[in-house]
Amino acid sequence: MMPTLAHYLAVSGLLFSIGIAGVLLRRNIIVIFMCLELMLNASNLSLVAFSRFGLLNDGLPNYNGQVFVFFIVTVAAAEVAVGLAIIVALFRARQTTHVEDLDGMKY
Amino acid sequence: MNLALAPWVILLAPLLAAIVILFVGPFSKPLSAGIAILSAAVGAVLSWMLFAHSGDVVVPAMSWIDFGPEFAIRIGLTIDHLSKVMLVIVTTIATIVFTYSIGYMKHETGYSRYFAGLSLFLFSMLGIVLADNFVMMFIFWELVGVSSYILIGHYFEKNSAAEAAKQAFTVNRIGDFGFMIGILMLWFAFGTFTFSELLAKAGAGAAFPVWTTVACIFVFCGTIGKSAQIPLHVWLPNSMEGPTPVSSLLHAATMVAAGVYMLARIFPLLQTVPIALDVIAWVGGITCFVAGLMAIQQDDIKRILAYSTISQLGYMVLAIGVAPSSEVAMFHLFNHACFKCMLFLCAGSVILGMHHEQDIWKMGALKNKMPITFLTCAVGVAALCGVPGFSGFFSKDLIIAFAAEKSMPLFWLATLGAVLTAFYMFRSFFVTFFGPPRSEAARHAGESPLVMTIPLIILAIPSAIAGYGFFAGHFFQVPHPHEETLLTKFGPLGAVVVGVVAAFLLYFRAEKDPLRIPFFANRLYIDALYAAIVRYGQDRFGNVLAWSDRWVIGGVVALSAWAANFAGGCLRLLQLGNLQAYAFFFGAGVVGLLYLLLK
Amino acid sequence: MTLFLFWVFAVLMVLFGLGVVFFRNPVNCGMCLVMSFIFLAGLFVTLDAFFIAVVQVLVYAGAVMVLFLFIIMLLNLNSEGRRPLNLAAVGGGVLVVLGFLGLLAKVLGSSTFFAQPKPALGHPELSDVKAIGLTLFSTYNLPFQVVGVLLLVATLGVVLLSRKELK
Repeated sequence: MMPTLAHYLAVSGLLFSIGIAGVLLRRNIIVIFMCLELMLNASNLSLVAFSRFGLLNDGLPNYNGQVFVFFIVTVAAAEVAVGLAIIVALFRARQTTHVEDLDGMKY
Repeated sequence: MNLALAPWVILLAPLLAAIVILFVGPFSKPLSAGIAILSAAVGAVLSWMLFAHSGDVVVPAMSWIDFGPEFAIRIGLTIDHLSKVMLVIVTTIATIVFTYSIGYMKHETGYSRYFAGLSLFLFSMLGIVLADNFVMMFIFWELVGVSSYILIGHYFEKNSAAEAAKQAFTVNRIGDFGFMIGILMLWFAFGTFTFSELLAKAGAGAAFPVWTTVACIFVFCGTIGKSAQIPLHVWLPNSMEGPTPVSSLLHAATMVAAGVYMLARIFPLLQTVPIALDVIAWVGGITCFVAGLMAIQQDDIKRILAYSTISQLGYMVLAIGVAPSSEVAMFHLFNHACFKCMLFLCAGSVILGMHHEQDIWKMGALKNKMPITFLTCAVGVAALCGVPGFSGFFSKDLIIAFAAEKSMPLFWLATLGAVLTAFYMFRSFFVTFFGPPRSEAARHAGESPLVMTIPLIILAIPSAIAGYGFFAGHFFQVPHPHEETLLTKFGPLGAVVVGVVAAFLLYFRAEKDPLRIPFFANRLYIDALYAAIVRYGQDRFGNVLAWSDRWVIGGVVALSAWAANFAGGCLRLLQLGNLQAYAFFFGAGVVGLLYLLLK
Repeated sequence: MTLFLFWVFAVLMVLFGLGVVFFRNPVNCGMCLVMSFIFLAGLFVTLDAFFIAVVQVLVYAGAVMVLFLFIIMLLNLNSEGRRPLNLAAVGGGVLVVLGFLGLLAKVLGSSTFFAQPKPALGHPELSDVKAIGLTLFSTYNLPFQVVGVLLLVATLGVVLLSRKELK
C-alpha cells in the first residue's frame, strides 16, 4: 500500500497542531518562536504533497507548489532574523524572556 | 398694452418702491413719499384697466417647487372677477391713504421707514389678492403680518406700541397655525394647492365630508386670526398704537378683510360642507354682537372704531356663512373699506387738530372748527350704521335678511349688533363734534390741511352712493333673499332708529359719560384672561419643559454616554497583555471560522 | 518500501516535534527542532521534491536553527523553572488543538480525492531543479526580485534593531 495524499495531509495537520500547542503552552518566547517555525514547515509539507499529487498534463508535478515553498522558506528565514533581533532588544530592555512578564499592553 | 404683464407690474411695483425707499429715504423725505404713492397709483391705474377689461386674464404661472404631480407649488397670479374687484379696492384706497399720510406724518419721526413699510404692506396684500394657490397665499399672508408688525410698531420706543406689535403678530400666528393645518388637510384630500383645481375637485362630489369639513374649519382659523373674530380679536384694538393712516389702511380696509377675501375665494368649496358654513356664521354673528358690547364703553376715538371694525368683520363673516353667494360679503367688504377707511382718516384729522389727543371726553364742539371733517364723518357714520340711502344700508340689511332666512337667533344677534353699532357710533359722533368743548385743545382746534381733507372728500363719495345699483352693479351680482317678512324688512331700520335715539338722549350734550359698565369697558375681561393664561400657564409649561429637557432628554444623552463608557470598559478587559491569550483568541477564531465554512 | 520510509520519517518527525514542545531546556528544544527538520526533508524526498529537500536542510536546519542556537547562547538562557499550571491556558490550548484536528479529520474523510495514491511521474528522469528554476525565473520573476528586496530590508532591520541605544 502506498501512502495516499490523506496520509501526508494528516501528518502535516498533526505537526501544525503540535506547533499551535507549543505556541499556546510554552512560556519561553524563543521556544514559542521555534514552534512557529514548526507550523510553517507543516504548511510547507502540505504544499509539496499537493504539488506532487496534482500532476500536470505531461506527467510532471505542479511545480507552482514547490516554488511557493521556496518563497515561504526564504521569507521565514528573514522573519526569524528580524524576530530574533526584536527578542534580543526586548531582553536588553526587560531582562526576561518569560512571556508572562511581558504585559506592558495590559489594561 | 399687453394686459398679461399688468398683474406682475401691479404686484411688484410696491416691492420695488420699498427697496428703493430703503436706499433713498435717508436723503429725501418727499422722494420716499413720492415713490410710494407712485407705485400705488400705478397699481391703481392698472387695476382699473384690468377691471374694465371684461373676461378673465390668464397669467402664465412659474413653477416653484415641483415634486411631481402630487406636490407642486407654483407662483401664479389669478385675475378673475373676485380678484379684479379686490385689486381695485386695495390699490385705490392705498393711493388715497398714502396721499393722506403726507399730511398726517409731516412732523413725525421715521417718515421714510413708514413709507417703506406701507409699500411692503401693499406688495404683500396684493400678493394675497392675486395668489392662485394656497401656499402662495399663505406666504403673503405671513408677509402681511410682518408688515403689520413693522407698521404697528412704528413708534417702537413706546413700550405699548412694541407690545401691541408683538401681540398682533403672535395672535395672528395662532390663527395661522390652524390655517396651515387646514391647507395641508385639503391637500391631503384633494392633492392640490391651486384654487382652481381645488374648486373643480370639490364640485366633483363630496368625497370626504368629515375630513373636508374639519379642514375648512381649520382654514377658517386663519380668518379668525387675521380678521379678528372672537376669540382672536384682542390684537386689533391694540394695533391702534400705530399711526392712524396705518390703522385705516391695514386694520380697517384691507388687511383684516383678507380673511374674508380668502373665504370668498374658496366659497364653492365651503358650500359643499354646510356644517363649516354654520360654524362660520355663528362665529361671525357672535363677533358682531360681542364687539358691539365692548365698543359702547370705550373712550379712545380710535378704539371705538377698532371695535366697530371687529363688529363689521363679524358681519362679513356672517355673510359668508348665511348667503348663497360670496358676493354679499364682498359687497359689504367694499362698502366697509370705503367708509371705515374714511372714518379712520377723519379720526386722524381730529387727532391732528386736537394735537394728538385721542380721548373723546376731551373733545367737543368741533363741528364748526373742522367742518369738512365733520361732514365727511357724518357721511361715514351714517353709512356704517346703515342709515337708509347710504352704502351700508344696502349691504348690511342684506346680510341681516339672509341671516333671518338661515336662523332666527342669528338674525337677532345681527340686529342687536346693528342697534349697538348705531348707539356707539353716534355716541362717539355726538361727543366728538357736539356738546361743549371739554378741554383746551378742543377750544383751539383747527381744520386739517388740504392734503388730508381731499382724500376724505374723495372717499365720502363711494361711502354715500356705493350701495346703489347703478354703481354697485358694475362690481357685484348680489342675490336677494327669497322671502322677506315685515320683521326682516324693517327690523334693521328700527334697530338704527333705536340706537340713534338712545345715543342722542344720553350723549348729545353730555359733559361726561352717564353710563358706567365696567364689564364692557374692560372688554369682557377677555384680554385679562389671556394675560393670565400667558402669565401662569406659560411659566408652568415652561418649567415642565425645562425639567423634561434637563432630566428626560438630558438623561437619555447621559445614558448613552454612560453606556458607551461602560461598553468601552468591558471591551478593555479583553486587552490582557498576554501574548498567548491573543494567540489563543486568534486560533479559536480561525477554528471557528473553518467550522462555519465547512459545515 | 515507500510506505515504510514514510512512516519512519513521519513518526520521527512528529516525535521530535513533541520534543520541541515538552523539553524544558531551550537548547534541547532547538536540537529537537533540527532533527524534525531533517526528517521533514526526508519526507520531501519521498515526494520527489529533491530541490526543496536540500533547500530545507541548508536554509532551515543549517542557517535558521544555527541562528536560534546563537541567540539562546547569547541570552544565556537557562531551563525554565517550574511554574504552577495555568488551567485556563492549558484548557484553551487543548481545545483549539482538538478542534483543529477534528476539522481536519472531517475534511479528509469527506472526499475520495484525498484517498488517491501517488500518481506515477511521466518523466522521472527530468531534474526538478531545472523545472523549478525555469518556473521561478519566468513566471515568478517579479516575486523573486521582491523577495530579494525583502531580504535586504530584513538585513537593514536587524542592523537597526541591534544598535545600542544612543544615550
